[in-house]
Amino acid sequence: MDKSALISDFEPAKDNMLNILHRLQNKNPNNYLTTEDLKFVAEYLNTTYSSVYGVAEYYSMFSLKPRGKNIIRLCKSPVCNMISGKSLIEVIENVLDIKMGGTTSDMLFTLEPSECLGHCALAPVMMINDKMFTNLTEDKIKEILEKIRNNNPTQ
Amino acid sequence: MIKEQKIALINAGKYNPESIAEYLKLGGYQNIEKALQKNPADIIELMIEAKLRGRGGAGFPTGLKEKFTNEAVCERCVQKYLVCNADEGEPGTFKDRIIMEQDPHVLIEGLIIAAFAIGATKGYIYVRGEYTKSIHMLRVALQQAKEKGFLGKNILNSGFDFELEIKLGAGSYLCGEELTLLESLEGKRGYPRIKPPFPAEKGLFGKPTLINNVETFTHLPYIIEHGAEHYKSMGTEKSPGTKIFTISGDVNKPGYYETIMGVTLRSLINDLAGGIKGHKKFKAALLGGAAGTFVDETVLDTPMGFDSLKEKGAVLGSGAIIVMSEERSVFDMAYSILAFFKHESCGKCVPCRVGTAQLMILMDKAKENSSKKSQILDHLLYEADYMAKNSLCPLGQSPILPIKSLKQYFQHQF
Repeated sequence: MDKSALISDFEPAKDNMLNILHRLQNKNPNNYLTTEDLKFVAEYLNTTYSSVYGVAEYYSMFSLKPRGKNIIRLCKSPVCNMISGKSLIEVIENVLDIKMGGTTSDMLFTLEPSECLGHCALAPVMMINDKMFTNLTEDKIKEILEKIRNNNPTQ
Repeated sequence: MIKEQKIALINAGKYNPESIAEYLKLGGYQNIEKALQKNPADIIELMIEAKLRGRGGAGFPTGLKEKFTNEAVCERCVQKYLVCNADEGEPGTFKDRIIMEQDPHVLIEGLIIAAFAIGATKGYIYVRGEYTKSIHMLRVALQQAKEKGFLGKNILNSGFDFELEIKLGAGSYLCGEELTLLESLEGKRGYPRIKPPFPAEKGLFGKPTLINNVETFTHLPYIIEHGAEHYKSMGTEKSPGTKIFTISGDVNKPGYYETIMGVTLRSLINDLAGGIKGHKKFKAALLGGAAGTFVDETVLDTPMGFDSLKEKGAVLGSGAIIVMSEERSVFDMAYSILAFFKHESCGKCVPCRVGTAQLMILMDKAKENSSKKSQILDHLLYEADYMAKNSLCPLGQSPILPIKSLKQYFQHQF
């Protein structure tokens, strides 16, 4: 895909850095920023590769490693923690057979911790890509993940 | 029995946030017309007169902030910026999200009024990257406001130009701190700057910048419409107006409730949030999120205002209230909060980088050896105190808040 066309609505100004990185990452089927992406952004914004790398590496929403098609962000804020106990991490880890931060071998899921997602009245919660899932229980999580799996048959 | 009273959420839920036509039917954007006919200095005076205070947590007088930004440079030709802090990340807080998702237009109205008052022609809304629905609603609202001529060149034939742009955060709690937010807005790592200079003097791109919280901006149209006297008739003398409280934890009806400042914690929990779940007893509330304070039942009847809570060693903060019943452990909650600070410390300054890790070492020690807990609490207090005195930004200055309140209210239950 032509990267220039993808970000043509952003002026080549350094303050557009985060918006541009978001756009490039979202268009990558593996939800991450490649070395080529960073080099391209450095050139586009007339800055150094290292400063683009420094930004991409700092923010937790950006990844420099390939991730699954579905990114699970499990809220580990004090409220979600208090309501659920810590067991929900284990539930997801067991269902997907990965550890926190890991990606399933079929590249379907990546599990990440997240700070407060701002849905504390409906705790515990998690996000999968853009969608919020609330009032989680062990069964509910299994059902949600199962549904996504069934909609994505392995090729 | 207290009731909800609304300013920020006055139109929330009453219209489809994706339709500016519906918002206009409710009388939307009329306050822009009113404001643009005023003298900018009079708008600033009006906000000072109304004693509006920042709703992001610190409670700084908004009118004064506007005045400082306005007076930072003599020449009108110097670029000034307006920034809306929508990087809501304080645990237990979700008021800004509700405003952006349900009534994005009132925020845009407030931003236009503030920009006109200080003479800023360019504004940014820095919104949390994870708030996908808020981002969508803001984008739609911004486009519609532009099409209707409320943004852009020569707004409503007043000669005033104002452009507004959305910038996305990318998952850093620290970027909710105003100077760090400006760094991030400039496309850099979210590292804090040394204060002073304050943003009013040297903010975004080194230019005078007014930066306020989402909820604060939503009060501006209301004050323009109803005047300072009416605004001051709500709430308390030192903290007038309303506040959105986000109540979570062990209550029957967790959620967001906007009511006047100065109501008591007891009435918020019982009248609005439906009381403690399962007829259990109240044990503690964490006010203001992680950078907040624990309180026990002796604070239940204290008016919820910036200054009244301060007298009790507590803070109002962002308006987050995390309620804990008798079955919960304050130690576990404190553990979770301090782990959060350790994770979010950016590492730029030593007292915070080493300090937040040190606090966790102590917490782990306390977990293993509960007989030494009271000794360890004193040690935590000592560490947090030097962090508060030496750290660069509010993150390192914050752990002292919950720790000190634990010592004050829960020394024997720690």
